[in-house]
Amino acid sequence: MAVKKFVVGNFDDEAVLFPAVKKVRRAGYKIHDVFTPFPIHGLDHAMGLRDTSLHTAGFIYGITGTATAVSFITWALTVDWQINFGGKPFFSLPAWIPITFELTVLFAAVGMVLTFCWLCQLAPFVRKDHFNPRSTDDLFVMAIECTDKTNEQEASAFLTSTGAKDVSVQYRETGWWLGRYDDEKVRYTKKEAVV
Amino acid sequence: MSLLRYESQVRPAIVDGSKDYHQVTEDICRPVEAKPSKLWWVGFLISVALLLFGIVSVTVEVIYGTGQWNLNKTIGWGWDITNFVWWVGIGHAGTLISAILLLFRQGWRTGVNRAAEAMTIFAVMCAGQFPIWHMGRVWNAFFVMPYPNSRGPLWVNFNSPLLWDVFAISTYFTVSLLFWYSGLLPDLATLRDRAKLKWRKMFYGLAAFGWTGSTKHWQRHEALSLVLAGLSTPLVLSVHTIVSFDFATSIVPGWHTTIFPPYFVAGAVFSGFAMVQTLLLITRKVLGLQDYITIEHIEVMNKVIILTGSIVGIAYLTELFMAWYSHVDYEWFAFLENRVNLNSPYGWSYWIMMGCNVLSPQIFWSKKLRRNLLLTFFMSILVNVGMWFERFVIIVTSVYRDYLPSSWSTYYTPTIWEIGFYIGTFGLFFTCYFLFSKFFPVIAIAEIKHILKKNGGNYKAHMQDEENDDLDQFGNKHLGDQH
Repeated sequence: MAVKKFVVGNFDDEAVLFPAVKKVRRAGYKIHDVFTPFPIHGLDHAMGLRDTSLHTAGFIYGITGTATAVSFITWALTVDWQINFGGKPFFSLPAWIPITFELTVLFAAVGMVLTFCWLCQLAPFVRKDHFNPRSTDDLFVMAIECTDKTNEQEASAFLTSTGAKDVSVQYRETGWWLGRYDDEKVRYTKKEAVV
Repeated sequence: MSLLRYESQVRPAIVDGSKDYHQVTEDICRPVEAKPSKLWWVGFLISVALLLFGIVSVTVEVIYGTGQWNLNKTIGWGWDITNFVWWVGIGHAGTLISAILLLFRQGWRTGVNRAAEAMTIFAVMCAGQFPIWHMGRVWNAFFVMPYPNSRGPLWVNFNSPLLWDVFAISTYFTVSLLFWYSGLLPDLATLRDRAKLKWRKMFYGLAAFGWTGSTKHWQRHEALSLVLAGLSTPLVLSVHTIVSFDFATSIVPGWHTTIFPPYFVAGAVFSGFAMVQTLLLITRKVLGLQDYITIEHIEVMNKVIILTGSIVGIAYLTELFMAWYSHVDYEWFAFLENRVNLNSPYGWSYWIMMGCNVLSPQIFWSKKLRRNLLLTFFMSILVNVGMWFERFVIIVTSVYRDYLPSSWSTYYTPTIWEIGFYIGTFGLFFTCYFLFSKFFPVIAIAEIKHILKKNGGNYKAHMQDEENDDLDQFGNKHLGDQH
């Protein structure tokens, strides 16, 4: 995998981070990602991320659950093995509402969580970089991805001018990989970036 | 940001003291990272002992059959189903706090939701034990699932409320677990990144699923939480509705009422909040989290208790009125003779229920008493005693004397193995809770940080200045803050 170069700035206040994100984007830098300890509403729009369609996926899973329940119960009780309960019709939809509802919720919830894990590539033993371990504590970490045209000194200086507390240049391998958090690995000491 | 963060002074701070983000992390992670205290070990070992007693009781029941319980032909559901409904009811507060209060944007939920959700999961686990072991031949328990079998296949009866229960409880457990765990991921990542010991890095590295806090991930996480909350809200109402259908769809006097679903749901929330109070009053004291689970939280939950307690009270009276108004002799007998009449064999249980559930919570009309921690602790236990008796009253007093006097059965008393089973579920519940409070953050760290600048004590103080500003001053100060 290719090793990329990032200019990483740490912010300690989300009120500074917001205008910084806008300035950095306006200056034409490519923001790789911003890592925050808690969700910051509006940051995704400020970064120009598109809205997630996880809701739509949830809706589709939900109606799959509804269809599964209704069609299966209908088949089981009206086609496969009809049982006469006190002369009531075999197709007794009102009595199936509870199970239909429960399966709708179950399919939607399980499907959405799996989709969420898939989209974010989250799973046990997955190890990912977020440049600064304090980004899950109290720092807001912005990583600017360097291209071959980026002047890293200029980018660092610009990031500092937007309010970043400290700025560093770091190298990371692209993509995600399996790893263990108890491994004390020596990080990439390679100075030359291959883009 | 300040514009977005503004909140009225009418609302008190819900994170006390002068905190910054790092302090929040430190405070909440400290109990997880410190060695367990002596008190923790004592509590944990007692819980394990109770759990072992429960395992012995259940083993006896499995070996010798349900005859080890004092159930008979008339009282086929006794302590076990009472306990089942009681635990399921307790399991309703967690999802109510995390889902419904999320939709209503109640900031105070952040201090209590994590522990309440954990409590929900453990309570549902305890509840599930009762119908499973009540089956007797428990190795056939999988018969309740619709699966292709060699008997036809003979499908389960999809029209039966007991089968609805299977689906409702298992769905509720699964969805609560997913909701709880997806909310835990960011906090587990915090613990992972702070970990110094090898096993901690390993354990939290495994548990945090590689969470980084990327903005895109947070965006999806927010969407997921919101939709799961939207799904859980009708789910939590449906679960106890379906539990009430176990009774309401029968034609037993005292069970055959249309008021059951709302009445059961209100009762469930009532007992669930009482259990949350019991647990959180201990948790905040033992783990030193008084700044996060403040007296405001306790007071707000006491308000929910008085509201739901009064709904339950109205339901009791409505039920009584309807029994009289219906002119059905059996219905009226069930209420008047089996319950209200103090001299009847189980009349005492009805009045314990009335006293604990309807009368005693009324003291919370007083603000001073709502904020009294010792009294709240006592009341929280009293409410759960009352709610246990509610289920006992509904189940036992409806069936012990019904249509046929020759099969009346007075004086059902539980055997030691029935009591042991109940005690065992306390063991299971508290063992799980002790482990949870040791290895997981009992307060949602990320969510507290999210509301800190709006509801934190030190930030709240600044808002008074802003409130005194006129519109121009306010605008000038915050022009260019954001957007």
